[in-house]
Amino acid sequence: MKCQRCNNPATFHITELTGDEPQEVHLCEECAREYLAPSKEEMAEVVPALAGMLAEQLAIGQTAEELARLDQRACPICGITFLEFRKQGRLGCPNDYLCFEKELEPLLLNIHGETKHIGKVPQRCPADGKTQIRLIRLRREMKEAVMMENYERASELRDEIRIIEAELRVSQDQSTKRD
Amino acid sequence: MNLNDLTNSSGEWLRGTGPESDIVMSSRVRLARNIADFPFISRSTDTDRAEIERRVREHVQHLSDSRRLDAALIYMDVNELEEIDRQFLVERQLISREHAENEGARAVAVGQGEQFSVMVNEEDHLRIQVMHSGLDLIAAWERISKLDDLLEERITYAFNERLGYLTACPTNVGTGLRGSVMLHLPALVITRQIEKVFRSLQKINLAVRGLYGEGSQALGDFYQISNQITLGLSEEDVLKKVGDVVPVLIDYERQAREFLIRESQETLHDRVSRAYGILRTAQTISSEETMHLLSSVRMGINLGLISDLEISTVNRLFIHTQPAHLQKLRGEILSASERDIERAAYLRDRLNGGELRGPETN
Repeated sequence: MKCQRCNNPATFHITELTGDEPQEVHLCEECAREYLAPSKEEMAEVVPALAGMLAEQLAIGQTAEELARLDQRACPICGITFLEFRKQGRLGCPNDYLCFEKELEPLLLNIHGETKHIGKVPQRCPADGKTQIRLIRLRREMKEAVMMENYERASELRDEIRIIEAELRVSQDQSTKRD
Repeated sequence: MNLNDLTNSSGEWLRGTGPESDIVMSSRVRLARNIADFPFISRSTDTDRAEIERRVREHVQHLSDSRRLDAALIYMDVNELEEIDRQFLVERQLISREHAENEGARAVAVGQGEQFSVMVNEEDHLRIQVMHSGLDLIAAWERISKLDDLLEERITYAFNERLGYLTACPTNVGTGLRGSVMLHLPALVITRQIEKVFRSLQKINLAVRGLYGEGSQALGDFYQISNQITLGLSEEDVLKKVGDVVPVLIDYERQAREFLIRESQETLHDRVSRAYGILRTAQTISSEETMHLLSSVRMGINLGLISDLEISTVNRLFIHTQPAHLQKLRGEILSASERDIERAAYLRDRLNGGELRGPETN
Protein backbone atom coordinates (compact mmCIF):
# COMPACT_ATOMS: atom_id res chain seq x y z
CA MET A 1 0.00 0.00 0.00
CA LYS A 2 1.23 3.47 -0.88
CA CYS A 3 1.21 6.52 1.35
CA GLN A 4 -1.82 8.73 0.69
CA ARG A 5 0.30 11.87 0.62
CA CYS A 6 3.40 10.78 -1.29
CA ASN A 7 4.39 7.62 -3.16
CA ASN A 8 6.47 5.98 -0.44
CA PRO A 9 5.24 2.73 1.09
CA ALA A 10 2.65 3.33 3.79
CA THR A 11 3.86 1.92 7.11
CA PHE A 12 1.35 3.76 9.33
CA HIS A 13 -2.29 2.83 9.40
CA ILE A 14 -4.10 5.33 11.55
CA THR A 15 -7.74 5.30 12.52
CA GLU A 16 -8.91 8.89 12.98
CA LEU A 17 -11.66 9.01 15.61
CA THR A 18 -12.04 12.75 16.01
CA GLY A 19 -14.56 13.25 13.17
CA ASP A 20 -18.13 11.99 12.98
CA GLU A 21 -17.09 8.68 11.44
CA PRO A 22 -13.89 6.68 12.06
CA GLN A 23 -11.54 7.24 9.12
CA GLU A 24 -8.61 5.14 7.93
CA VAL A 25 -5.45 7.03 7.03
CA HIS A 26 -2.45 5.31 5.45
CA LEU A 27 0.87 7.14 5.54
CA CYS A 28 4.63 6.66 5.32
CA GLU A 29 6.72 7.40 8.41
CA GLU A 30 7.59 10.95 7.40
CA CYS A 31 4.04 11.96 6.48
CA ALA A 32 2.72 10.27 9.62
CA ARG A 33 4.96 12.36 11.82
CA GLU A 34 3.70 15.51 10.14
CA TYR A 35 0.10 14.29 10.35
CA LEU A 36 0.32 13.53 14.05
CA ALA A 37 2.01 16.79 15.02
CA PRO A 38 -0.48 19.40 16.19
CA SER A 39 -1.07 22.09 13.55
CA LYS A 40 0.04 25.68 14.08
CA GLU A 41 -3.43 26.89 14.99
CA GLU A 42 -3.88 24.01 17.39
CA MET A 43 -0.55 24.81 18.98
CA ALA A 44 -1.53 28.46 19.41
CA GLU A 45 -4.53 27.44 21.48
CA VAL A 46 -2.46 25.51 23.98
CA VAL A 47 -0.51 26.96 26.83
CA PRO A 48 2.71 27.14 24.80
CA ALA A 49 4.96 25.88 27.57
CA LEU A 50 2.80 22.83 28.14
CA ALA A 51 2.62 21.85 24.46
CA GLY A 52 6.36 22.35 24.10
CA MET A 53 7.10 20.20 27.11
CA LEU A 54 4.78 17.46 25.92
CA ALA A 55 6.25 17.41 22.42
CA GLU A 56 9.76 17.28 23.82
CA GLN A 57 8.98 14.56 26.29
CA LEU A 58 7.17 12.44 23.71
CA ALA A 59 9.92 12.90 21.14
CA ILE A 60 12.47 11.49 23.58
CA GLY A 61 10.38 8.67 24.98
CA GLN A 62 8.55 7.29 21.96
CA THR A 63 9.13 6.19 18.42
CA ALA A 64 6.65 7.50 15.84
CA GLU A 65 4.86 4.17 15.90
CA GLU A 66 4.54 4.12 19.67
CA LEU A 67 3.31 7.67 19.58
CA ALA A 68 0.68 6.84 16.97
CA ARG A 69 -0.56 3.98 19.15
CA LEU A 70 -0.51 6.10 22.29
CA ASP A 71 -2.39 8.91 20.56
CA GLN A 72 -5.29 6.60 19.86
CA ARG A 73 -5.65 5.37 23.40
CA ALA A 74 -8.91 6.68 24.84
CA CYS A 75 -10.20 7.08 28.38
CA PRO A 76 -13.03 4.55 28.91
CA ILE A 77 -14.93 7.08 31.02
CA CYS A 78 -14.98 10.32 29.02
CA GLY A 79 -13.70 9.03 25.67
CA ILE A 80 -10.90 11.57 25.22
CA THR A 81 -7.93 10.24 23.22
CA PHE A 82 -4.37 11.06 24.13
CA LEU A 83 -4.09 12.88 20.80
CA GLU A 84 -6.97 15.17 21.76
CA PHE A 85 -5.31 15.90 25.10
CA ARG A 86 -2.02 16.64 23.34
CA LYS A 87 -3.77 19.04 20.98
CA GLN A 88 -5.89 20.89 23.54
CA GLY A 89 -3.64 20.65 26.59
CA ARG A 90 -6.79 19.93 28.62
CA LEU A 91 -7.88 16.61 30.09
CA GLY A 92 -11.43 15.29 29.77
CA CYS A 93 -12.29 13.92 33.22
CA PRO A 94 -10.78 13.02 36.62
CA ASN A 95 -10.20 9.44 35.44
CA ASP A 96 -7.69 10.64 32.81
CA TYR A 97 -5.16 11.12 35.57
CA LEU A 98 -5.35 7.35 36.17
CA CYS A 99 -5.84 6.31 32.55
CA PHE A 100 -2.81 8.29 31.28
CA GLU A 101 -0.90 8.06 34.56
CA LYS A 102 2.32 6.78 33.01
CA GLU A 103 2.36 9.42 30.27
CA LEU A 104 1.47 12.27 32.61
CA GLU A 105 4.07 11.50 35.23
CA PRO A 106 7.13 12.88 33.37
CA LEU A 107 5.03 15.87 32.32
CA LEU A 108 4.05 16.63 35.92
CA LEU A 109 7.66 16.23 36.97
CA ASN A 110 8.67 18.69 34.27
CA ILE A 111 6.07 21.31 35.25
CA HIS A 112 6.12 20.98 39.02
CA GLY A 113 9.30 19.11 39.86
CA GLU A 114 7.16 16.79 42.01
CA THR A 115 4.49 14.16 41.54
CA LYS A 116 2.92 14.04 44.97
CA HIS A 117 0.39 16.44 46.45
CA ILE A 118 1.17 18.21 49.70
CA GLY A 119 -1.38 20.60 51.14
CA LYS A 120 -5.08 20.98 51.70
CA VAL A 121 -7.32 17.92 51.63
CA PRO A 122 -11.11 18.17 51.14
CA GLN A 123 -13.15 18.03 54.33
CA ARG A 124 -15.33 15.40 52.78
CA CYS A 125 -12.99 13.36 50.67
CA PRO A 126 -14.64 10.77 48.40
CA ALA A 127 -13.13 7.41 49.36
CA ASP A 128 -11.64 7.04 45.88
CA GLY A 129 -14.03 8.91 43.63
CA LYS A 130 -14.95 5.62 41.89
CA THR A 131 -18.70 6.08 42.31
CA GLN A 132 -18.48 9.58 40.85
CA ILE A 133 -16.38 8.35 37.94
CA ARG A 134 -18.97 5.63 37.32
CA LEU A 135 -21.64 8.33 37.11
CA ILE A 136 -19.67 10.16 34.42
CA ARG A 137 -19.50 6.94 32.39
CA LEU A 138 -23.19 6.09 32.87
CA ARG A 139 -24.34 9.57 31.80
CA ARG A 140 -22.24 9.26 28.65
CA GLU A 141 -23.66 5.82 27.92
CA MET A 142 -27.17 7.17 28.42
CA LYS A 143 -26.57 9.96 25.95
CA GLU A 144 -25.16 7.47 23.44
CA ALA A 145 -28.17 5.17 23.94
CA VAL A 146 -30.50 8.09 23.21
CA MET A 147 -28.52 8.93 20.09
CA MET A 148 -28.80 5.31 18.95
CA GLU A 149 -32.53 5.53 19.70
CA ASN A 150 -32.13 2.65 22.15
CA TYR A 151 -34.65 4.16 24.56
CA GLU A 152 -35.08 1.04 26.63
CA ARG A 153 -31.37 0.98 27.48
CA ALA A 154 -31.43 4.73 28.06
CA SER A 155 -34.20 4.52 30.61
CA GLU A 156 -32.45 1.64 32.42
CA LEU A 157 -29.34 3.78 32.61
CA ARG A 158 -31.36 6.79 33.79
CA ASP A 159 -32.80 4.74 36.67
CA GLU A 160 -29.36 3.48 37.61
CA ILE A 161 -28.00 7.05 37.58
CA ARG A 162 -30.84 8.27 39.77
CA ILE A 163 -30.24 5.56 42.36
CA ILE A 164 -26.53 6.36 42.59
CA GLU A 165 -27.19 10.11 42.76
CA ALA A 166 -29.68 9.58 45.58
CA GLU A 167 -27.21 7.40 47.49
CA LEU A 168 -24.52 10.03 47.12
CA ARG A 169 -26.89 12.73 48.38
CA VAL A 170 -27.73 10.68 51.48
CA SER A 171 -24.09 10.07 52.35
CA GLN A 172 -23.35 13.75 51.70
CA ASP A 173 -26.13 14.89 54.05
CA GLN A 174 -24.93 12.48 56.72
CA SER A 175 -21.38 13.74 56.57
CA THR A 176 -22.57 17.38 56.61
CA LYS A 177 -24.64 16.71 59.71
CA ARG A 178 -21.69 15.10 61.44
CA ASP A 179 -19.60 18.26 61.01
CA MET B 1 -27.68 44.03 44.42
CA ASN B 2 -27.15 43.57 40.69
CA LEU B 3 -24.54 44.32 38.06
CA ASN B 4 -25.59 47.94 37.65
CA ASP B 5 -24.91 48.58 41.32
CA LEU B 6 -21.31 47.59 40.67
CA THR B 7 -20.98 50.42 38.13
CA ASN B 8 -21.47 52.95 40.88
CA SER B 9 -18.94 51.42 43.27
CA SER B 10 -15.46 50.01 43.06
CA GLY B 11 -13.64 47.00 44.43
CA GLU B 12 -12.15 47.22 47.89
CA TRP B 13 -8.87 45.96 46.51
CA LEU B 14 -8.47 49.38 44.82
CA ARG B 15 -8.48 51.25 48.13
CA GLY B 16 -4.71 51.63 48.01
CA THR B 17 -4.33 50.48 51.61
CA GLY B 18 -2.52 47.52 53.12
CA PRO B 19 1.20 46.78 53.33
CA GLU B 20 3.43 48.32 50.62
CA SER B 21 0.39 49.63 48.74
CA ASP B 22 2.41 52.38 47.03
CA ILE B 23 3.97 49.67 44.84
CA VAL B 24 1.75 46.64 45.48
CA MET B 25 -1.68 47.30 44.03
CA SER B 26 -3.32 44.04 45.09
CA SER B 27 -2.88 40.42 46.16
CA ARG B 28 -4.99 37.73 44.56
CA VAL B 29 -5.40 34.04 45.35
CA ARG B 30 -7.40 31.65 43.19
CA LEU B 31 -8.36 28.00 43.52
CA ALA B 32 -9.31 25.62 40.69
CA ARG B 33 -11.89 23.00 41.66
CA ASN B 34 -13.94 20.40 39.79
CA ILE B 35 -17.04 18.44 40.73
CA ALA B 36 -16.21 14.74 41.04
CA ASP B 37 -19.13 13.28 39.09
CA PHE B 38 -18.85 15.36 35.91
CA PRO B 39 -16.34 15.39 33.06
CA PHE B 40 -14.06 18.42 32.85
CA ILE B 41 -15.36 21.29 30.69
CA SER B 42 -13.78 20.19 27.39
CA ARG B 43 -15.71 16.87 27.47
CA SER B 44 -18.88 18.04 29.18
CA THR B 45 -22.21 18.19 27.36
CA ASP B 46 -24.62 21.14 27.47
CA THR B 47 -26.71 19.13 29.96
CA ASP B 48 -23.65 18.57 32.17
CA ARG B 49 -22.80 22.27 32.22
CA ALA B 50 -26.37 23.29 32.96
CA GLU B 51 -26.49 20.77 35.82
CA ILE B 52 -23.14 21.95 37.24
CA GLU B 53 -24.34 25.56 37.10
CA ARG B 54 -27.64 24.65 38.77
CA ARG B 55 -25.95 22.76 41.62
CA VAL B 56 -23.51 25.57 42.34
CA ARG B 57 -26.23 28.25 42.09
CA GLU B 58 -28.54 26.45 44.51
CA HIS B 59 -25.78 25.90 47.03
CA VAL B 60 -24.44 29.45 46.79
CA GLN B 61 -27.97 30.84 47.23
CA HIS B 62 -28.51 28.57 50.21
CA LEU B 63 -25.27 29.83 51.79
CA SER B 64 -26.17 33.44 51.04
CA ASP B 65 -29.73 33.08 52.41
CA SER B 66 -28.46 31.50 55.62
CA ARG B 67 -25.95 34.36 55.89
CA ARG B 68 -22.98 32.06 56.02
CA LEU B 69 -21.83 33.75 52.84
CA ASP B 70 -22.45 37.42 51.95
CA ALA B 71 -26.15 38.19 52.05
CA ALA B 72 -25.44 40.92 49.49
CA LEU B 73 -23.85 38.46 47.09
CA ILE B 74 -24.56 38.97 43.38
CA TYR B 75 -25.05 35.86 41.26
CA MET B 76 -24.97 36.42 37.50
CA ASP B 77 -25.78 34.13 34.60
CA VAL B 78 -22.87 35.11 32.34
CA ASN B 79 -24.49 33.48 29.32
CA GLU B 80 -27.49 35.81 29.62
CA LEU B 81 -25.45 38.98 30.04
CA GLU B 82 -25.01 41.56 27.29
CA GLU B 83 -21.54 41.67 25.77
CA ILE B 84 -20.90 45.07 27.34
CA ASP B 85 -21.66 43.69 30.80
CA ARG B 86 -19.37 40.73 30.30
CA GLN B 87 -16.63 43.10 29.18
CA PHE B 88 -17.32 45.23 32.27
CA LEU B 89 -16.77 42.21 34.55
CA VAL B 90 -13.48 41.46 32.78
CA GLU B 91 -12.28 45.04 33.28
CA ARG B 92 -13.28 44.73 36.88
CA GLN B 93 -11.14 41.56 37.20
CA LEU B 94 -14.16 39.57 38.38
CA ILE B 95 -14.14 37.18 35.43
CA SER B 96 -11.48 36.15 32.90
CA ARG B 97 -11.56 37.09 29.23
CA GLU B 98 -12.06 33.39 28.43
CA HIS B 99 -15.09 33.25 30.71
CA ALA B 100 -16.59 36.28 28.95
CA GLU B 101 -15.98 34.82 25.49
CA ASN B 102 -16.92 31.17 26.12
CA GLU B 103 -20.35 29.78 25.32
CA GLY B 104 -22.95 27.75 27.17
CA ALA B 105 -24.16 27.66 30.78
CA ARG B 106 -21.75 29.60 32.97
CA ALA B 107 -21.99 32.04 35.85
CA VAL B 108 -20.19 34.20 38.36
CA ALA B 109 -20.92 34.96 42.02
CA VAL B 110 -19.49 38.22 43.37
CA GLY B 111 -19.14 38.97 47.08
CA GLN B 112 -19.68 42.30 48.74
CA GLY B 113 -16.96 44.86 48.03
CA GLU B 114 -15.81 42.55 45.22
CA GLN B 115 -13.46 40.82 47.61
CA PHE B 116 -14.23 37.44 46.13
CA SER B 117 -15.71 35.95 43.01
CA VAL B 118 -16.58 32.40 41.98
CA MET B 119 -16.62 31.60 38.27
CA VAL B 120 -18.71 28.56 37.31
CA ASN B 121 -17.79 26.56 34.19
CA GLU B 122 -14.63 28.41 33.27
CA GLU B 123 -11.62 26.20 32.43
CA ASP B 124 -12.52 24.24 35.57
CA HIS B 125 -15.99 23.83 37.04
CA LEU B 126 -15.12 26.31 39.78
CA ARG B 127 -12.58 29.09 39.84
CA ILE B 128 -12.67 30.83 43.21
CA GLN B 129 -10.71 34.07 43.70
CA VAL B 130 -10.10 36.47 46.56
CA MET B 131 -8.55 39.91 46.05
CA HIS B 132 -7.08 42.14 48.75
CA SER B 133 -5.51 45.58 48.56
CA GLY B 134 -1.73 45.72 49.12
CA LEU B 135 0.58 42.82 49.94
CA ASP B 136 -1.70 40.45 51.81
CA LEU B 137 -1.43 36.93 50.36
CA ILE B 138 -1.75 34.99 53.59
CA ALA B 139 -4.96 36.74 54.67
CA ALA B 140 -6.34 36.20 51.16
CA TRP B 141 -5.48 32.50 51.46
CA GLU B 142 -7.23 32.16 54.83
CA ARG B 143 -10.31 33.80 53.38
CA ILE B 144 -10.41 31.68 50.25
CA SER B 145 -9.85 28.47 52.19
CA LYS B 146 -12.94 29.19 54.31
CA LEU B 147 -14.91 29.95 51.15
CA ASP B 148 -13.66 26.67 49.68
CA ASP B 149 -14.86 24.80 52.81
CA LEU B 150 -18.32 26.36 52.53
CA LEU B 151 -18.67 25.45 48.85
CA GLU B 152 -17.51 21.94 49.56
CA GLU B 153 -20.31 21.25 52.02
CA ARG B 154 -22.59 20.22 49.19
CA ILE B 155 -20.18 19.79 46.32
CA THR B 156 -17.89 16.77 46.16
CA TYR B 157 -14.59 17.78 44.60
CA ALA B 158 -12.55 15.68 42.20
CA PHE B 159 -9.60 14.75 44.40
CA ASN B 160 -6.96 12.08 44.42
CA GLU B 161 -4.82 11.33 47.45
CA ARG B 162 -1.61 11.27 45.45
CA LEU B 163 -2.28 14.14 43.01
CA GLY B 164 -4.52 16.39 45.09
CA TYR B 165 -7.29 18.44 43.49
CA LEU B 166 -7.75 17.25 39.90
CA THR B 167 -7.92 19.99 37.28
CA ALA B 168 -8.56 20.16 33.54
CA CYS B 169 -5.00 21.29 32.88
CA PRO B 170 -2.11 19.40 34.52
CA THR B 171 -0.42 22.74 35.20
CA ASN B 172 -2.95 23.36 38.00
CA VAL B 173 -3.20 19.90 39.57
CA GLY B 174 -2.39 19.51 43.28
CA THR B 175 -3.38 22.56 45.26
CA GLY B 176 -5.10 24.20 42.26
CA LEU B 177 -3.77 27.41 43.75
CA ARG B 178 -2.42 30.46 42.01
CA GLY B 179 -1.21 33.31 44.21
CA SER B 180 -0.40 36.56 42.48
CA VAL B 181 0.71 40.01 43.46
CA MET B 182 0.11 42.99 41.18
CA LEU B 183 3.02 45.40 41.27
CA HIS B 184 3.36 48.90 39.86
CA LEU B 185 6.93 49.13 38.50
CA PRO B 186 7.25 52.30 36.39
CA ALA B 187 10.82 53.16 37.38
CA LEU B 188 12.09 49.69 36.46
CA VAL B 189 10.44 50.18 33.06
CA ILE B 190 11.95 53.66 32.55
CA THR B 191 15.42 52.47 33.54
CA ARG B 192 15.05 49.41 31.27
CA GLN B 193 15.73 46.92 34.04
CA ILE B 194 12.38 45.17 33.91
CA GLU B 195 13.48 42.45 31.45
CA LYS B 196 16.37 41.51 33.71
CA VAL B 197 13.99 41.23 36.66
CA PHE B 198 11.66 38.94 34.66
CA ARG B 199 14.45 36.62 33.66
CA SER B 200 15.50 36.16 37.27
CA LEU B 201 11.88 35.52 38.32
CA GLN B 202 11.49 32.86 35.66
CA LYS B 203 14.58 31.12 36.98
CA ILE B 204 12.83 30.61 40.31
CA ASN B 205 9.66 29.33 38.62
CA LEU B 206 7.55 32.44 39.01
CA ALA B 207 5.42 33.73 36.14
CA VAL B 208 5.02 37.37 35.09
CA ARG B 209 1.86 38.64 33.40
CA GLY B 210 0.25 41.97 32.55
CA LEU B 211 -2.71 43.70 34.18
CA TYR B 212 -5.37 41.47 32.62
CA GLY B 213 -3.71 38.10 33.08
CA GLU B 214 -2.39 35.58 30.60
CA GLY B 215 -1.00 37.05 27.42
CA SER B 216 -2.03 40.59 28.29
CA GLN B 217 0.21 43.61 27.91
CA ALA B 218 1.69 45.29 30.93
CA LEU B 219 -0.55 48.35 30.63
CA GLY B 220 0.19 51.14 33.04
CA ASP B 221 3.42 49.39 34.11
CA PHE B 222 1.48 46.86 36.17
CA TYR B 223 2.91 43.38 36.46
CA GLN B 224 1.45 40.30 38.10
CA ILE B 225 3.90 37.90 39.70
CA SER B 226 2.56 34.42 40.41
CA ASN B 227 3.57 30.85 41.17
CA GLN B 228 3.69 28.19 38.47
CA ILE B 229 4.12 25.14 40.67
CA THR B 230 0.94 23.68 42.17
CA LEU B 231 2.08 20.15 43.02
CA GLY B 232 4.34 19.05 45.86
CA LEU B 233 4.29 22.31 47.81
CA SER B 234 1.73 23.29 50.45
CA GLU B 235 -0.43 26.37 49.89
CA GLU B 236 1.41 28.29 52.60
CA ASP B 237 4.83 27.42 51.15
CA VAL B 238 3.82 28.42 47.62
CA LEU B 239 2.44 31.77 48.81
CA LYS B 240 5.52 32.34 50.95
CA LYS B 241 7.65 31.81 47.85
CA VAL B 242 5.69 34.46 45.94
CA GLY B 243 5.48 36.76 48.96
CA ASP B 244 9.21 36.50 49.72
CA VAL B 245 10.24 37.80 46.32
CA VAL B 246 7.96 40.85 46.49
CA PRO B 247 10.06 42.88 49.01
CA VAL B 248 13.06 42.35 46.74
CA LEU B 249 11.13 43.74 43.75
CA ILE B 250 9.84 46.64 45.83
CA ASP B 251 13.41 47.39 46.82
CA TYR B 252 14.58 47.33 43.16
CA GLU B 253 11.73 49.66 42.17
CA ARG B 254 12.54 52.06 45.03
CA GLN B 255 16.23 52.07 44.07
CA ALA B 256 15.29 52.80 40.45
CA ARG B 257 13.10 55.70 41.58
CA GLU B 258 15.93 57.09 43.72
CA PHE B 259 18.25 56.74 40.76
CA LEU B 260 15.84 58.72 38.55
CA ILE B 261 15.60 61.48 41.15
CA ARG B 262 19.38 61.59 41.59
CA GLU B 263 20.08 61.61 37.86
CA SER B 264 17.62 64.33 37.05
CA GLN B 265 14.94 65.40 39.47
CA GLU B 266 13.76 67.99 36.89
CA THR B 267 13.29 65.45 34.10
CA LEU B 268 11.29 63.17 36.37
CA HIS B 269 9.20 66.02 37.81
CA ASP B 270 8.59 67.28 34.27
CA ARG B 271 7.44 63.83 33.14
CA VAL B 272 5.01 63.54 36.05
CA SER B 273 3.67 67.09 35.69
CA ARG B 274 3.15 66.80 31.94
CA ALA B 275 1.29 63.52 32.43
CA TYR B 276 -0.95 65.12 35.05
CA GLY B 277 -1.44 68.15 32.82
CA ILE B 278 -2.51 66.11 29.80
CA LEU B 279 -4.93 64.01 31.84
CA ARG B 280 -6.56 67.15 33.25
CA THR B 281 -6.92 68.96 29.94
CA ALA B 282 -7.10 66.48 27.05
CA GLN B 283 -10.23 66.57 24.86
CA THR B 284 -9.81 63.09 23.42
CA ILE B 285 -7.58 60.33 24.76
CA SER B 286 -7.07 56.59 24.14
CA SER B 287 -7.11 53.93 26.83
CA GLU B 288 -3.41 53.14 26.26
CA GLU B 289 -2.33 56.75 26.62
CA THR B 290 -4.47 57.13 29.73
CA MET B 291 -2.87 54.09 31.39
CA HIS B 292 0.59 55.28 30.42
CA LEU B 293 0.04 58.76 31.85
CA LEU B 294 -1.78 57.54 34.96
CA SER B 295 1.25 55.38 35.68
CA SER B 296 3.50 58.46 35.81
CA VAL B 297 0.96 60.29 37.95
CA ARG B 298 0.72 57.36 40.35
CA MET B 299 4.50 57.31 40.76
CA GLY B 300 4.45 61.11 41.14
CA ILE B 301 2.08 60.88 44.10
CA ASN B 302 4.27 58.25 45.75
CA LEU B 303 7.33 60.48 45.34
CA GLY B 304 5.54 63.52 46.73
CA LEU B 305 5.64 65.34 43.37
CA ILE B 306 1.85 65.60 43.31
CA SER B 307 0.10 66.46 46.54
CA ASP B 308 -3.54 67.11 45.63
CA LEU B 309 -4.49 63.60 44.53
CA GLU B 310 -5.10 60.32 46.39
CA ILE B 311 -3.57 56.99 45.33
CA SER B 312 -6.99 55.32 45.59
CA THR B 313 -8.37 57.86 43.08
CA VAL B 314 -5.69 56.96 40.54
CA ASN B 315 -6.16 53.23 41.21
CA ARG B 316 -9.84 53.54 40.41
CA LEU B 317 -9.20 55.65 37.31
CA PHE B 318 -7.13 52.82 35.82
CA ILE B 319 -10.27 50.66 35.90
CA HIS B 320 -13.02 53.25 35.39
CA THR B 321 -11.52 54.62 32.16
CA GLN B 322 -11.66 51.19 30.47
CA PRO B 323 -14.05 50.99 27.48
CA ALA B 324 -16.94 49.04 29.02
CA HIS B 325 -16.82 51.11 32.24
CA LEU B 326 -17.14 54.38 30.32
CA GLN B 327 -20.09 53.02 28.36
CA LYS B 328 -21.81 51.68 31.48
CA LEU B 329 -21.35 55.01 33.27
CA ARG B 330 -22.64 56.87 30.23
CA GLY B 331 -25.48 54.38 29.81
CA GLU B 332 -25.04 53.85 26.08
CA ILE B 333 -22.85 52.09 23.54
CA LEU B 334 -20.09 54.35 22.21
CA SER B 335 -17.76 54.01 19.22
CA ALA B 336 -13.98 54.04 19.81
CA SER B 337 -13.68 57.74 18.93
CA GLU B 338 -16.72 58.64 21.07
CA ARG B 339 -15.15 56.69 23.94
CA ASP B 340 -11.92 58.68 23.64
CA ILE B 341 -13.89 61.93 23.98
CA GLU B 342 -15.94 60.51 26.86
CA ARG B 343 -12.77 59.29 28.58
CA ALA B 344 -11.14 62.73 28.32
CA ALA B 345 -14.27 64.38 29.73
CA TYR B 346 -14.42 61.85 32.56
CA LEU B 347 -10.75 62.44 33.44
CA ARG B 348 -11.12 66.24 33.36
CA ASP B 349 -14.12 66.01 35.62
CA ARG B 350 -12.50 63.61 38.09
CA LEU B 351 -9.06 65.20 38.19
CA ASN B 352 -9.83 68.90 38.27
CA GLY B 353 -11.65 68.52 41.53
CA GLY B 354 -8.92 66.18 42.70
CA GLU B 355 -11.62 63.90 44.15
CA LEU B 356 -12.96 60.86 42.37
CA ARG B 357 -16.66 61.30 42.83
CA GLY B 358 -19.10 58.55 42.08
CA PRO B 359 -21.46 59.11 39.20
CA GLU B 360 -24.28 61.51 39.99
CA THR B 361 -26.99 59.65 41.84
CA ASN B 362 -30.52 60.58 40.95
